[in-house]
Amino acid sequence: MSRQTPLHAAHVQAGARMVDFAGWQMPLNYGSQISEHHVVRRSAGMFDVSHMTVIDLSGTGSCEFLRHVVANDVAKLDREGEALYGTLLNDEGGVIDDLIVYRRSEGYRVVANASTREQVLDWFENCAPADVVVEERDLAMIAVQGPEAMASFQAATHIDSIGALLPFGFLEQDNWMIARTGYTGEDGVEVILPTLEVLSLWKRLLDVGVQPIGLAARDTLRLEAGLNLYGQDMDTSTSPLVSNLAWTITWKPDSREFIGRRALAALRTAGIEQKLTGLIMAARGVLRRGQRVLTRFGDGSITSGIFSPTLGYSIALARLPSSATGDCQVEIRGKLLPVRIVKPPFVRRGQPVFE
Amino acid sequence: MSEIPTELKFAASHEWARLEEDGSVTVGISDHAQNELGDVVYVELPEPGQQLAARHEAGVVESVKAASDIYAPVGGNVIAVNSALDDAPEMVNQDPYGEGWFYRLEPDDVEELTELLDAEAYAEICAAEEH
Repeated sequence: MSRQTPLHAAHVQAGARMVDFAGWQMPLNYGSQISEHHVVRRSAGMFDVSHMTVIDLSGTGSCEFLRHVVANDVAKLDREGEALYGTLLNDEGGVIDDLIVYRRSEGYRVVANASTREQVLDWFENCAPADVVVEERDLAMIAVQGPEAMASFQAATHIDSIGALLPFGFLEQDNWMIARTGYTGEDGVEVILPTLEVLSLWKRLLDVGVQPIGLAARDTLRLEAGLNLYGQDMDTSTSPLVSNLAWTITWKPDSREFIGRRALAALRTAGIEQKLTGLIMAARGVLRRGQRVLTRFGDGSITSGIFSPTLGYSIALARLPSSATGDCQVEIRGKLLPVRIVKPPFVRRGQPVFE
Repeated sequence: MSEIPTELKFAASHEWARLEEDGSVTVGISDHAQNELGDVVYVELPEPGQQLAARHEAGVVESVKAASDIYAPVGGNVIAVNSALDDAPEMVNQDPYGEGWFYRLEPDDVEELTELLDAEAYAEICAAEEH
């Protein structure tokens, strides 16, 4: 039996098409996913992301523990109220999950994917020393995203101080954590709050005109923003070096022995033969996961493909030979169609930005 | 519950067929099908003049979710295609039995229509898929 979020009844009432996702019943769309996509690019939409895994770490060893398991360096978080994106690697340098780490006044909070919940909890519990307490939290989470998201959130909650947050900054008050983060390429916040309070916030946001957005539009928004989806664009068989995530590995200081470091260093020395990059297709059709990409340097394949509602044509993330650039071809139903390799993101703040 | 007009005939592969007064047959996909596919972004239609065999491929519908083959419910010669779908594929979602039609053909054997499902039989197939 799959789990329901505290907003389940609200989704059904709003006419959502519910689907099973990572053991949760989640809204796929509330009608047209393309319309929902445009709402987030043009005004403000909200996502129920209560299925995400929230883990609190406390104890004197928390910082050193996170510096050991996360390839990005948590020591970069100078003070409470700052967060960073990073990956959790295995000994071979494969990605166990991608996550956000928040430095709180006491201890840290980690938000990981829903689909990787058990792996991440097991990994933490196996790696954590005695002076670290790992505790999964049962909390709700809403993302409010779009050019009008900040103003709408302020209108709904009267928490005006969020206007001062920098990207990846957050504040906490009355058991709410509000962070200026998201998965759409738009401005906005993600709020983690007690499950009993989430329905009231959802209704207040509805009252100020924020529209509910389903998982389907979440996928097209994140792909336009060039953001990876765990399990599709990377997994334990791929390292951050071939997943467009080299920027999330912190090599300095040399003395920090994070898990996967040796494997990544060896991969780097041997030479990186693949990359995760973007594709755009002017021809009619839709790029989809698994399609073969033919380049002058060899074949690759699409890891995520969609019709981009903002651009009006199809875009994809693909794992290709490192040297491949410019024009290449994709095989769709036996036909070879021209595509162009571009550097993601494709869309930021509502505008095309790819190179 | 999706709309299933009683004056139409249906294929189990979710195309509808309507016999017009001039003897031609108009073809599209059902409300149930468009609902399952989600937002339609491209439709690859047959060419006018193309000869289609019953139950053989007649084109492709690409939605945000998936690419799906469409089949000819009856055999015949394509006499018109709905080229308005090139610029407005969303008509398939908004009006699957009207503006969202796909193509019209001159049937080889109009009796083939009787082999298709009526609305009631088609509704059972949809209901079975929804559970």
